[in-house]
Amino acid sequence: MSVAEVTTPWDRVRAHWSARSWLRMFHLVAGVPLGVLALSLILGVGAVSVIFVWTLGVPVAGSLLLMWVLPLLTRLQRLRFAAYLGVEIPPLPRRRWEGNIAMRLLRRARSATLWRQVAYHLLSPLISGVGFAGVIATWSGGLVMGAVAVHFWGLGDRWLAALFTLVAGALAVAGPWLAQGVTSLDVIAAEALLGPSISDQLAARVESLRESRAEVIDAADAERRRIERDLHDGAQQRLVSLAMKLGMARATSGDLPQAARDMIAQAHEEAKHALKELRDLVRGLHPAVLSDEGLDAALSGLAARASLPVRLRVEVPERVSPTIEAVAFFVVSEALANVAKHAGASAAEVTVLREGEFLRVVVFDDGRGGADPDAGTGLRGLAQRVGSVDGTLRLDSPQGGPTTISVEMPCA
Amino acid sequence: MRVVLAEDSVLLREGLVWMLGSAGMEVTAAVGDAEALLRACEENVPDLVVTDVRMPPGHSDEGLRAALVLRRRWAGLPIVVLSQYVEERYATQLLSTETSGIGYLLKDRVADVEQFLDALRRVAAGGTALDPEVVAQLLVRRHSDPLDRLTRREYEVLALIAEGRSNTGIAEALVISEGAVGKHINNIFAKLDLSGADKDHRRVLAVLRFLKI
Repeated sequence: MSVAEVTTPWDRVRAHWSARSWLRMFHLVAGVPLGVLALSLILGVGAVSVIFVWTLGVPVAGSLLLMWVLPLLTRLQRLRFAAYLGVEIPPLPRRRWEGNIAMRLLRRARSATLWRQVAYHLLSPLISGVGFAGVIATWSGGLVMGAVAVHFWGLGDRWLAALFTLVAGALAVAGPWLAQGVTSLDVIAAEALLGPSISDQLAARVESLRESRAEVIDAADAERRRIERDLHDGAQQRLVSLAMKLGMARATSGDLPQAARDMIAQAHEEAKHALKELRDLVRGLHPAVLSDEGLDAALSGLAARASLPVRLRVEVPERVSPTIEAVAFFVVSEALANVAKHAGASAAEVTVLREGEFLRVVVFDDGRGGADPDAGTGLRGLAQRVGSVDGTLRLDSPQGGPTTISVEMPCA
Repeated sequence: MRVVLAEDSVLLREGLVWMLGSAGMEVTAAVGDAEALLRACEENVPDLVVTDVRMPPGHSDEGLRAALVLRRRWAGLPIVVLSQYVEERYATQLLSTETSGIGYLLKDRVADVEQFLDALRRVAAGGTALDPEVVAQLLVRRHSDPLDRLTRREYEVLALIAEGRSNTGIAEALVISEGAVGKHINNIFAKLDLSGADKDHRRVLAVLRFLKI
């Protein structure tokens, strides 16, 4: 609801008697029959149910009727707020109730949403009634005071006539204020009781955050794959071609001066070195074999390139999502790099298992232990990447070893 | 020697055609995707196929699958598969039918012209050429089997046999005498229980045992 900016006293007066003011009045007027209808339905059905409670059928039918009718009444109330005040009461989150029909009804009957609606429908006739009656009373009071003022004027008592005219004017002006106050109260009650509760709002917020986070992670993953593909199709081929030509130049450089031969040989070695570095870098981004053949194939390549013997066991019967595969690969890759750098281990073991709805990745080494997540960025980076897919990372690394990193990620 | 070449990068394809040409090989067709590779072989069966793994349209493992199709169509057709990365999984697929006349090399190896051409000739002659990186990967998973009985040196020798090297080549690589190589090989055959079979066949069997396929 946007409020026009009030600047001059005249604007104030105009705003006080504007269409909006009158609509507030209508809002209260419309609230009376609607509120009374809801109140009598609830109280009536409630009373009949209590009286005929021994039949069992009547209270059950009554509850069903109320459960069916309450959302309709809520929708009417929502329409009233939208039509007269321009206030959109946020809709309730749609919920799926689990279980069979009886269980679903029971859960619905026990839900806070339902009882909050009942509370509003019981409160609404009171608010609208008091507001409506208050405005009517104020204005009728104003009219009566006006009449009294005219009466005193007729009697010639000017002081009393002026006094009552003042009172009549004040009452006439107070009407819209009263209406505004009561409608504000009504809006607060409706938003609190008919709109989503704070926990509903938080749940919706969490859900939307979870979705947007998943999108961001998928996008980052897709970006990594795109970079890998671009490098593969571009720079890598060019570099292979360059290294090959230098190789051919080297092979046919026999009749060149020694200095030139040395230079070609150096260039050739450097090109090969660059190729290897680029290959390792690109592989770390997202190995193509991971997309093509899955974790098992990608990890065996990783284990083979490790500088220490790695025993590998992968039992993942069905492929998990590309994002989870990428994170699992990253975990093993980083963990093995850490082992090689810091652990002084003689061997490592990598186990990847699908356990129900979780993918479990365990990297074990027999090194000196004492790994500290706060010491370097490696382990923290791991935990962050695992956390980004709602996974958990546990580190067990006593001084003297051995070290176990276990990661669990939901992958259903 | 007639060669069909499949490589999607134009730059590298031209370079390879030039290199093979200057080594006295005749490149009868140089194509850019697996479909064209199959067609080119159908038209004129070559003595050797050299193919990239990752090619259009899927940019996945088209070249490898084409190689498998070609091997089924013409048993023993020598094929060298080149790849930006070598993967144990692809090697196992490639070697699952037969190990003779198969090469699987990192693309980087084309930079070492002489060695690369040697590998091509070896495969064309019915030998094998496995990239040392592939062999290293294949080693990882072998546990608790007769291979564990091999000494470190014997293991190295067996790995070089798997790469497709001759006794002379192995002796050069390890800087030992050919006699020593022969002794190691006999020990390997004994430890892998291959003493009975004839000599060349034993070599292949040892490699198969080594590769677990």
